[in-house]
Amino acid sequence: MSTPETEFRAGDDATAPAAATTAGTGTAPMASVTTAGGGGRRVRDTDGGTARVGFLGETLIVFRRQLRLALRNPAWVLIGLAQPILYLALFGPLLKPLAPALGTTNAYTLFVPGLLLQLGLFGAFFAGFGLLGEWRDGVIEAERVTPASRVALLLGRVLRDVLQLFVQGVLLIVLALAFGLDGSPGGMLLGLLMVMLVGTSCAAFSYALALTTKSEDAMAPILNIVSMPVLLLSGILLPMTLGPTWLRVISDVLPTKHVVDGVRAVFVGNFDSSQTVWGLFWAVLLAVAGVVLGARVFRRQNA
Amino acid sequence: MIRARGLVRTFETRRGREKVSVRAVDGVDLDVDAGEIVGFLGPNGAGKTTTLRILTTLLKPTAGTATVAGHDLAGDPVGVRRSIGYVSQSGLVSSEARAGEEVVDHALLYGISRERAVRRGRELFEQLDLDGMWERQAKKMSGGQRRRLDIAMGLVHDPQLVFLDEPTTGLDPQARANLWTHIGSLRDTHGSTVFLTTHYLDEADALCDRIFVIDHGVIVASDTPDNLKRSVRGDLIELTVQDEQQAEAAARRLAGLDGASEGSTSGVTTSIRVPQAGSALPGLLRSLDADGIALAGVEVRRPTLDDVFLTMTGRSLRDDEAA
Repeated sequence: MSTPETEFRAGDDATAPAAATTAGTGTAPMASVTTAGGGGRRVRDTDGGTARVGFLGETLIVFRRQLRLALRNPAWVLIGLAQPILYLALFGPLLKPLAPALGTTNAYTLFVPGLLLQLGLFGAFFAGFGLLGEWRDGVIEAERVTPASRVALLLGRVLRDVLQLFVQGVLLIVLALAFGLDGSPGGMLLGLLMVMLVGTSCAAFSYALALTTKSEDAMAPILNIVSMPVLLLSGILLPMTLGPTWLRVISDVLPTKHVVDGVRAVFVGNFDSSQTVWGLFWAVLLAVAGVVLGARVFRRQNA
Repeated sequence: MIRARGLVRTFETRRGREKVSVRAVDGVDLDVDAGEIVGFLGPNGAGKTTTLRILTTLLKPTAGTATVAGHDLAGDPVGVRRSIGYVSQSGLVSSEARAGEEVVDHALLYGISRERAVRRGRELFEQLDLDGMWERQAKKMSGGQRRRLDIAMGLVHDPQLVFLDEPTTGLDPQARANLWTHIGSLRDTHGSTVFLTTHYLDEADALCDRIFVIDHGVIVASDTPDNLKRSVRGDLIELTVQDEQQAEAAARRLAGLDGASEGSTSGVTTSIRVPQAGSALPGLLRSLDADGIALAGVEVRRPTLDDVFLTMTGRSLRDDEAA
């Protein structure tokens, strides 16, 4: 969980001097004076007035608010969790006798990584729908007129989704262990981390989409168009190696397919395989790309 | 407090197949002094909200400059945000959230300590008659209560300047009157400068020291409500008679009055503007009597802001609302 945080902070700090420079060279002399006075991002006013709490502080404020709202209405968390559990309980047993044909001794070791990624992808894809409700209530505007960093407004929300994903993932793994999942504990944790990176990307993408379309009716078909091929071609339910060559070639284009392969590799303790490296690589890249896109949308239209 | 020069904002839209750019705000100059309550008066779509969104850093102007609360809009938007409160038309709180928590969270984003935020929030709840609402979910509050909660949100960091966008739209008359009292006290007890938009004339009249009349993205007038009303030449006399022939005869009499202007007749009613209705009326009634015109009704109206708007733009605000 620390990976995304540190990265984003680095990103934001990098942009801060640029912003200060623009202000300094601004046309009105007033602007440069106040910028110099209001200076650093972490300055605290001693007289109890308003001061920046810093980027991380702002992210945490947004995160805590989102978490509080989610905990008060846990229905969505439970619905999100029910789906993979149903797969585990009702689809898993079908795979069990097929395990040798799939090239493994334990069907769950093959199946659970796919379910985790499914959880990461689709749970996070729907995050934007919640944002639309907030947008209608005026919450987004209200947050945007505060001095808080626009990126913090996004990341606080993404962080909530990633935490939710972590809890769901742990529950799913524990349950799967009861069903007969077997593998490297450290690998499972690393696999979960990779899934959380993908979740970061999808949540940020979903928020960006929500703020761009501002309508459920426009958003739902776009998410459907994106998620169907991802679900079918990433080898989430069955490994792509079962398919004919042409299908495998198409699926190789999808970053999420490599992440699933990577998660499968680490689950059985294959840390130094090329699948692991590529899986991690794509997971990090997806997370960064998603956040950059989301940040652009949250920053847009500032005066 | 606000100094804006030549603000322009264009939007790209499609009219059929061709792309057109609409100038929602078309060269707005504004000067607002500290401690003023000013109103932005205009019909829907006149550019009120767009101008407000520019001044609150939510929208980049296509052209023009502005200094808001001592900070340059383009150079130091964070400085602007720290000094202003903005109560948007759509509200500020999530329906699911509890009132007190939203206010505190909002304050935290301004860098205010939690302890101070809670204290300030409770104070505001008391001042805005929201006692006992701290734990209430926003969706379980009445329209008026929710609007006052929005205002509490906008004030929690003690801004020097507060923007209120259509603060009383959708409220029942009682809640409106109640909110007016609170808006009036923003300046008196908080010392804030207030900039509000409205398409209600009575609201602008009751609340504002100064009014900017805006239409089609351009400010067409800016003065005190009284001066604006004075700029409409005189009082309106409206006569209702029995039939259209009599209406024409009455209109001729009206036109003969001293300083008469803007005569108009439609159906059985005819009206005219004179400098002093009080002194013109007795003579008028006698002469109408002599002509054998039987009056069904006489009405004298002091100029309202609606008349101001009509004079300035050639349209009535009410027509626009109906359209």
